Amino acid sequence: MSRPQQRPSQQKDKNESTLAIRASNLLTHYDGRVILNNVSLDVKQGEIMVIMGGSGSGKSTLLRYMLGLEKPSSGHVELLGKDITHMGDNELHQMMKNIGVSFQGGALFGSMSVAENIQLPLKEHTKLDQKTMQIMSQMKLEVVNMAGFENLMPSQLSGGMVKRAALARAIILDPPLLFFDEPSAGLDPVVSAELDELILRLRDAMNMTIVVVTHELESAFKIADRITILDQGEILMCGTVDEVRNSDNQRIYNLLNRQPHADAVNGDEYLQRLTGENVKK
Amino acid sequence: MKQKIEQLGKHTVNALEELGYAVSLLYQSLYWLVLGKFQRQPVNLHLIATQMMQIGVSATFIVVVLCFSVGMMLAIQGLETLKPYGAQTQVVTGIALAVSREFAALITGIIVAGRSGSAIAARIGTMQESQEIDALRVIGINPVRYLAAPALLAMVLVMPVLTLLGMIMGMLGASVYTFYELGMPIEIYMSRSFDVISLTDLLQGLSKSILFAVLIVLISVINGFQVKGGAEGVGLVTTRSVVMSISAIVIADMLFTFFITRL
Repeated sequence: MSRPQQRPSQQKDKNESTLAIRASNLLTHYDGRVILNNVSLDVKQGEIMVIMGGSGSGKSTLLRYMLGLEKPSSGHVELLGKDITHMGDNELHQMMKNIGVSFQGGALFGSMSVAENIQLPLKEHTKLDQKTMQIMSQMKLEVVNMAGFENLMPSQLSGGMVKRAALARAIILDPPLLFFDEPSAGLDPVVSAELDELILRLRDAMNMTIVVVTHELESAFKIADRITILDQGEILMCGTVDEVRNSDNQRIYNLLNRQPHADAVNGDEYLQRLTGENVKK
Repeated sequence: MKQKIEQLGKHTVNALEELGYAVSLLYQSLYWLVLGKFQRQPVNLHLIATQMMQIGVSATFIVVVLCFSVGMMLAIQGLETLKPYGAQTQVVTGIALAVSREFAALITGIIVAGRSGSAIAARIGTMQESQEIDALRVIGINPVRYLAAPALLAMVLVMPVLTLLGMIMGMLGASVYTFYELGMPIEIYMSRSFDVISLTDLLQGLSKSILFAVLIVLISVINGFQVKGGAEGVGLVTTRSVVMSISAIVIADMLFTFFITRL
């Protein structure tokens, strides 16, 4: 016996309820240049969404909007069904409990030890006693394979350790949403692969929704459920790894095969930029 | 010519923007200091204590040395100037008033701007560059509450204490030279100085120190938050912060003195 078909509105409600992140019509300009042009993106709960694109494609800007660090000229971002673009300070403060972020350089606080860094979100959002916070930070350090390093200062850690410590801080509150900005940047292939495994483990073990901004193809293909490709402030494509791999879009092909755009070097435009004069005949 | 006018316009707009930002920063800092607790986001007392140590205790030695030297220098000049009139003992009055109303606050302000103001700008600038400010925000910590408000309160509490110390050291420096030159005992010199200084003189110096404290923190924090361009950018804003702070202190001092003498 077949299940009764859902009405379209019910179907829509169900889809909307499984969305963890919804960015709608994000538009932003800077000095007359379009950074994001009407970008819309949905991320489902429990999926790993990788955002890829070349330098200046707008992926970091998109991430900053998703984190509420900047506001777009128009459009809005919803996290867990709540619009953060128009949120007040107090609401945003509460919302941040649901977000963990691992920044490109780790962004550990240099004046604090690894353990103090990891415990900071707990101190800010909970009233746990010091002993409990200590135990929790040690547990998270074990998750990222950094047990025993809690008393070191960030300056005493290697690049990979900084990223893992930053990840421990990002997951200390077990947030449903986790963001990574260039997790593999500056890491050797082995450490980079370990970090990829860790991202997959976190998604599977804690059912986190994870957004990864990267331009590392190998890493993206390994961890992504879906990939969004940005180019010149617009979404070229959003699809599964296979869909992206098999895309016949020339720009995506160029990105995946590390080839420059055909129009990347235009002699006339270059000369015009240098001289400020119109050199086209 | 047109380019110069455009540049002047740009600089004016930038200056007004920074002024507006400074007012907003002061408002936000006061907001968090007063109302933060009621929003369940109090300003961290540990951070205030740390800042007080960094600004106050660490600057004590240099304030002592410089204010002592300035006091002695004033005594040398004063005694030389008053010698032809046979009024050398009047140097006590002159120095007591100059130090309590003016020099102690000014010298302390310049020292703290150079030492602690630059440190605040460099620290915040480095945090900005390494995305630590972004990290604070995504943890849910308002950077003004975490960085500016503790520095402001610490500076406002510490500067008057340092200025008071500077006043005493300035008069002590002058008394040592006067003892050497006129044979006036140090305790007599100090006692006469304290008799000369009224509560108004004392308050004038101390209120200036509070004004300087606010200026130093606002200028340093604004510059720190504006860092762009890596380590070079941090160096540039640190220098800018010191130059701006000292300029602001001297100009504010002149305006403050002008208006207070008209009251």
